[in-house]
Amino acid sequence: MATVIIDGNEIEIGDDERLNGIQAARRAGVDIPHYCWHQGLSVVASCRMCLVETGQRNPETGEVSMMPRVVPACQTPASDNSVFVTNSDKVKEARAMVEEDLLIRHPIDCPICDKAGECHLQDYHFEHGRAERRADIKPFTSRRRPMGDTVTLFVDRCVMCTRCVRFTREITGTSELMVVNRGANEEIDVFPGYPLNNKLSGNVVDLCPVGALGDTDFLYSQRVWFMKKHDHVCAGCSTGCSITVEENQDKIYRLKPRENEHINHWWMCDEGRYGFKHVHDSARLTEPRILGEEGYENIEWSEVPQFVERELRKAGRVAEIISPHLTVEEAFMLCSYIRQIDEQATLILGPIPTVGEDESFPNGFTIHAEKCPNLRGVEAVLNKFSPTLTTFDTFIEQFDLYSPNTVWVTGGYKSDWISAEAAQTLASKNTLIVQDIFSSPVWKLATVQLPGAAFAERQGSYVNCNDQLQSFDWAVRSPAGVMVEGQLYWRMLGRSGLYNAKSMLTEIAREIPYFSAASGGVPNLGVDLKINQLA
Amino acid sequence: MAFEPVLLANINKDESYTRPVYESTGGYQAWRQALQMSPSEIIDQVKASNLRGRGGAGFPTGLKWTFLPKDHAGPIYFCLNADESEPGTFNNRILMEDDPHQVLEGLMISCYATGASTAYYYMRYEYPLAWGRTQAALNECYEAGYLGDNILGSGYSLNIYMHRGAAAYICGEETGLIESLEGKRAWPRIKPPFPAVEGAFRKPTVVNNVETVACVKHIMDRGADWFKSMGTPADPNNPRDPGSYGPKLYCLSGHVNQPGCYEAPLGLTARELIDDFGGGVWKGRKAKCVIPGGISMGILSADELDCPLDFSGPGKYKCLGLGTAAAVVIDDQTSIVDFLHNSARFFAHESCGQCTPCREGTSWALKMLNRIKAGRGRIKDLDLLLEIGNKIGISYGTTICGLADGAAWPLKNAIEKFRAEFEDYIKRTNPDGYMVTEPVIAMEEPVGSH
Repeated sequence: MATVIIDGNEIEIGDDERLNGIQAARRAGVDIPHYCWHQGLSVVASCRMCLVETGQRNPETGEVSMMPRVVPACQTPASDNSVFVTNSDKVKEARAMVEEDLLIRHPIDCPICDKAGECHLQDYHFEHGRAERRADIKPFTSRRRPMGDTVTLFVDRCVMCTRCVRFTREITGTSELMVVNRGANEEIDVFPGYPLNNKLSGNVVDLCPVGALGDTDFLYSQRVWFMKKHDHVCAGCSTGCSITVEENQDKIYRLKPRENEHINHWWMCDEGRYGFKHVHDSARLTEPRILGEEGYENIEWSEVPQFVERELRKAGRVAEIISPHLTVEEAFMLCSYIRQIDEQATLILGPIPTVGEDESFPNGFTIHAEKCPNLRGVEAVLNKFSPTLTTFDTFIEQFDLYSPNTVWVTGGYKSDWISAEAAQTLASKNTLIVQDIFSSPVWKLATVQLPGAAFAERQGSYVNCNDQLQSFDWAVRSPAGVMVEGQLYWRMLGRSGLYNAKSMLTEIAREIPYFSAASGGVPNLGVDLKINQLA
Repeated sequence: MAFEPVLLANINKDESYTRPVYESTGGYQAWRQALQMSPSEIIDQVKASNLRGRGGAGFPTGLKWTFLPKDHAGPIYFCLNADESEPGTFNNRILMEDDPHQVLEGLMISCYATGASTAYYYMRYEYPLAWGRTQAALNECYEAGYLGDNILGSGYSLNIYMHRGAAAYICGEETGLIESLEGKRAWPRIKPPFPAVEGAFRKPTVVNNVETVACVKHIMDRGADWFKSMGTPADPNNPRDPGSYGPKLYCLSGHVNQPGCYEAPLGLTARELIDDFGGGVWKGRKAKCVIPGGISMGILSADELDCPLDFSGPGKYKCLGLGTAAAVVIDDQTSIVDFLHNSARFFAHESCGQCTPCREGTSWALKMLNRIKAGRGRIKDLDLLLEIGNKIGISYGTTICGLADGAAWPLKNAIEKFRAEFEDYIKRTNPDGYMVTEPVIAMEEPVGSH
């Protein structure tokens, strides 16, 4: 173990850990302010905000010799007997100087800046800046221009940390952003005719420590301090990025990536980032209905469990289509329920939405072609209940062979997912129960229509393409008229009270060996289910 | 014993820039001789001469070469820094225009010594004549077999590529130069790794100044002892002073009767340079101050003209160092405010903009000086300017490269050494407002102040 001394406190770091001063100090609970440094990007040491005093302790005598000049902590490795001083007058002076410098030409237009409230410049100035402004320059230009479809640059707010430039060079490899001009006239820009339009472009907004790069989609829609953040998992593809859903009064304003070294590191793709619009789409289905003799009539949710059970028992042979949009818990509960009704019921894996090819970026981030969050999880559940996996296409082709009396379809797809012919086939029997979020050919033919939940309204766990299971709680309440699948299945199983995804997952982990790694609860960053397969 | 110019010996000959003229004075003998020696012998000789880099920092050249990794599989690159952008400096230009072969020969010997088989000749954009003549000289060398594959049957191969800069001061910083050479924005790199370990194209790289390699040629010709026979010996009380030896090209400009480039042993004083070489201050006036070595080195006041212009001299007078040994004389009729304003304008324009303190500090200083010049100065501004001068630079630790120190030194020297004149100027031009303080955002007001 290597010992590092931070402000007089000793901390231990691993011998093979390569930490810089900022990271080592973080271990000791000391926050060293920084703009240009980001763990996922190369070190440039140019903002000079993380200046500290460093030295080396002689392990034999215990004597500390300090460097005469201040150094950037981001560039200084923490090794055995390294000494960092982050709170001396000299360091405070240096921080105050950098803060003063950064505000000389900054418009200080915080009242109309989207970043206000989560801005490093604000926070650091509050903590490390001078109480008075000595520069009598009063800039207020606030020039802005689009960098691409998703990002707006507010030129004068920029502190030239170049995180965004490095991101497009090192992570996406597309290099759209650059620095133009020199000295105090420097600006971030794109080359004319080559806008910032790669599939990870939205990340530069997260990287920007100040309000210079604004998310055009989010711009001026909400003050950040009104939003509540909920840890969640992106349902856009089988990568399953860890995200936070930021909402106010059940309206989602933006999604942000959440650091997870096992899955997405610090990034997420634009498709996922802006892929929440359907949650608040006015076309969402919100009325549970049944087809009566005189057309559709509404049904109360409280009556749904009994009604559905009656229908199913009446029918006898049941086929159940399990959507890969369901959570592990939902799929498990639904399968258990169906098995209670009909031990011979056919369990079918719903259609797997696939768009294009998997797309990887130089640093390894991958956008998967499989546009559903929980294929692995649902497959594992189906394996438990059904000796062979029946795919949706096989089921439609050999529908007469299976010949069910009742079909229950779970959807949750964002876009068209079923053809009119397939819908006709499914509707050829007496009872067709459909749970979905948008109208579809099969919804229109259903005898029982049950509006379902979108990803941010669900509670439970997804398993991504690399067998990483992540659990999450609901972020927003579903619209009136919708009952989240998990809650419905919980009731149908006759459980009391509110749906409890955690206890359900524990049950599943006991029942299905694939999930056993999740039995002790799931940490924030998820759990690797492969651990058990190896053992 | 009168000093015989060595570096400038040929510049006044007719067609001094051609190979025949150069060879008629013994040119390329050193190169032929060097190829007979082992590289380590050459490095030893350069080390023995105590040659220090002529580009500004005065780093010992032989020592720099030994930082290269031993037995490296290669390639090792050699960059010749001919991006001579320091205001007042033109010694490299004269060498490259009037004696380009001398520079090339020195460069070849240096490449051979360091094991580089590729050299990049990085010349600043503004030197078209030097560019043309160096290019022509390079062609002559290839024709004569001094360059190319298996040079003169020695088995050693060397190619030199010319690279023209795009007129940015920062490209004179060695890692800025390397970045620029690689086709990137000339933002100096963070060190370590130093170029000797990882430089151009991520390979070990040496960056040396034009005059430095020219000296290498003469050390090969005349030996290390000759080189050490002139200059200022090391200070025995300062173990970190390797001494200042050899001839040096002094650029003299400004308010003198005979401006020009003069060669003299290191260590002559500013006064000697002005009076003996420059024929004194022009128009019978007195010097107010002298820039010892390019504007970034700060200024010597009229009382400090006995400062020896060697590597350690100007530092004793609170200047940054010898720099490029480009002395600019400023007469006593010139306003120090104008001088500092001009200097600040240069650095605000040329700051590369990478590190916050330099980017914002230089521009803030210029804006303050603009205001002072416009008659709205305040005494308090001087303290702020001094603070900027004291706080930016690699010596304080707030920037990546040393050019920020160069921006800081004129500021702090001018204000420390001529504060009375600044105060006088402010009081004269802003008689009513010179004590006004700027608005304060948050201040506790004394009780009952309303």
